Amino acid sequence: MTTGTPRPPGNAPVVRAPRTRAPRTRSGRIPWVLVVPAVVGVLFLVLPFAGMLVRAPWPTMGARITEPDVLRALWLSLSTATAATVVSLVFGIPLAWMLARTGFPGRRFVRALVTVPLVIPPVVGGVALLMVLGRNGLVGRYLDAWFGLTLPFTPAAVVIAQVFVAMPFLVISVEGALRGADRRYEEAAATLGADRVTIFTRVTLPMVLPGIGAGAVLCWARALGEFGATITFAGNFPGTTQTMPLAVYMAMQRDPEAAVVLSLVLLLVSLVVLATLRERWVNAA
Amino acid sequence: MRDTAPRAGRGRGPVTVFAAAALAVGLAACGAGDTSSDGDTAAPGGALSGGLTVFAAASLTDAFTEIAEDFQERYPGVEVTFNFAGSSELAQQINSGAPADVFAAADTATMEQVVEGEGLDADWAAEHGGSGRVFATNTLRIAVPSDNPAGIENLEDLAGDDVRTAFCAEEVPCGSATATALEASGLDITPVTYEEDVRAVLTKVELGEVDAGLVYASDVVAAEGRVEGLEFPEAEDAVNDYPIGALPGPAGPGLAAAWIEAVTSAEGAAVLGEAGFGAP
Repeated sequence: MTTGTPRPPGNAPVVRAPRTRAPRTRSGRIPWVLVVPAVVGVLFLVLPFAGMLVRAPWPTMGARITEPDVLRALWLSLSTATAATVVSLVFGIPLAWMLARTGFPGRRFVRALVTVPLVIPPVVGGVALLMVLGRNGLVGRYLDAWFGLTLPFTPAAVVIAQVFVAMPFLVISVEGALRGADRRYEEAAATLGADRVTIFTRVTLPMVLPGIGAGAVLCWARALGEFGATITFAGNFPGTTQTMPLAVYMAMQRDPEAAVVLSLVLLLVSLVVLATLRERWVNAA
Repeated sequence: MRDTAPRAGRGRGPVTVFAAAALAVGLAACGAGDTSSDGDTAAPGGALSGGLTVFAAASLTDAFTEIAEDFQERYPGVEVTFNFAGSSELAQQINSGAPADVFAAADTATMEQVVEGEGLDADWAAEHGGSGRVFATNTLRIAVPSDNPAGIENLEDLAGDDVRTAFCAEEVPCGSATATALEASGLDITPVTYEEDVRAVLTKVELGEVDAGLVYASDVVAAEGRVEGLEFPEAEDAVNDYPIGALPGPAGPGLAAAWIEAVTSAEGAAVLGEAGFGAP
């Protein structure tokens, strides 16, 4: 349950002035002790993907991926994951700032709570969401009674489930970036008369932008792959709540080949998006 | 890829239940092709021993766990290990080489996948039939929350505009049974969700998120009063047969056959009956 200080990639060199390539040429020898485990690690991550490529029914691929159900699920996945990332940014960045920059009582406890969604099985998270936001839930019953609003089985429920499981990734990344950032810049701004909100928006945020970017990517990717909490809290109905992971799971029950096709589509789209974003950030930095 | 929901179950005793599909598949490498291992048949007099791995539909969790307790009392040297999950998922694991000795499916179509894939134990199949042996049946019920807020009485009531229902997805056995029953009724009912298995439908009903769902009679029993089960005539058109079959697994045919005998015995049938299953 406890967390140390997570150090996601990209937080440390945030303010290290002119950012150039690492001095890789200092030693001519390749450190095998690092290369070998790195190669094993990459193979381990990539092999299952290769297995899918081998098993994929290539001749019928074109027809399968343009089926309306597939496109609807893909669109739903991309739009809900993006919405979930935006919501996570809106609530997650201030939360990360609170955790990194203030000393409110119980901060350690709150930080541990933030990681709870990472630990519990997503299906359990989905049941918990039902118990709070469902039609008979602690909060949900009032939403229903006062506003006639019921969340389960709607696209909004998909977004909520995704925020629940994905926001911690963003919070942890941004908090790590904030802790790694040099506070003297903020102090300098304060001595020049800037108030805390100005310092946050004009000094702190730009400094930790790469950390926010990394966190947002992690958050988006996790939201895109979300299955357990979604199917439990939002249900599974084509076009409304059936995201790609749910479609993959359903296809797996009947036709494993179709499941492979859907997984490849999801993988391809997410790789393209992530590669494009990464390119942007690397170039921007 | 799949998160395993906690399954209902009580009094597991010495029975080890593992739902870790990945583990089962991972073990395949050690188990496959090793038919002469410790769990083979033993001397006459019924002194069986060794480990027995049973892959069974999730709906059988409670009944099989209870049968296993008696079974292990009778054969103290035997340890029964279960893998309870959706039938389709289990069939896929078996066909991918998971080391299973017995497969009990929630419908004949799923058993057929295994018969055509990995195949049943040849000797057992020669004696008991190539498509497994039907040992129980399960009938659909309309499950409603215990206070039945929408006042559901029959299948027709589910077609109402304000009624929220949850069905199993057609890809899983309870979903195809649901489709058959609906077809028999001629009703056009659109649920708010197609759930991935029958227990997920039950959860939605229990929490009151839907007004009704179609589940099996055995699930209503397993819910222990948290939902009410209503019989409906159209269910008779969609009775699920539960077949069981011995696989060429590591335990050997003797032990697998003994387990199947226990399930199909009068005592086994009584346990299944108590759990809400019908006789074949």
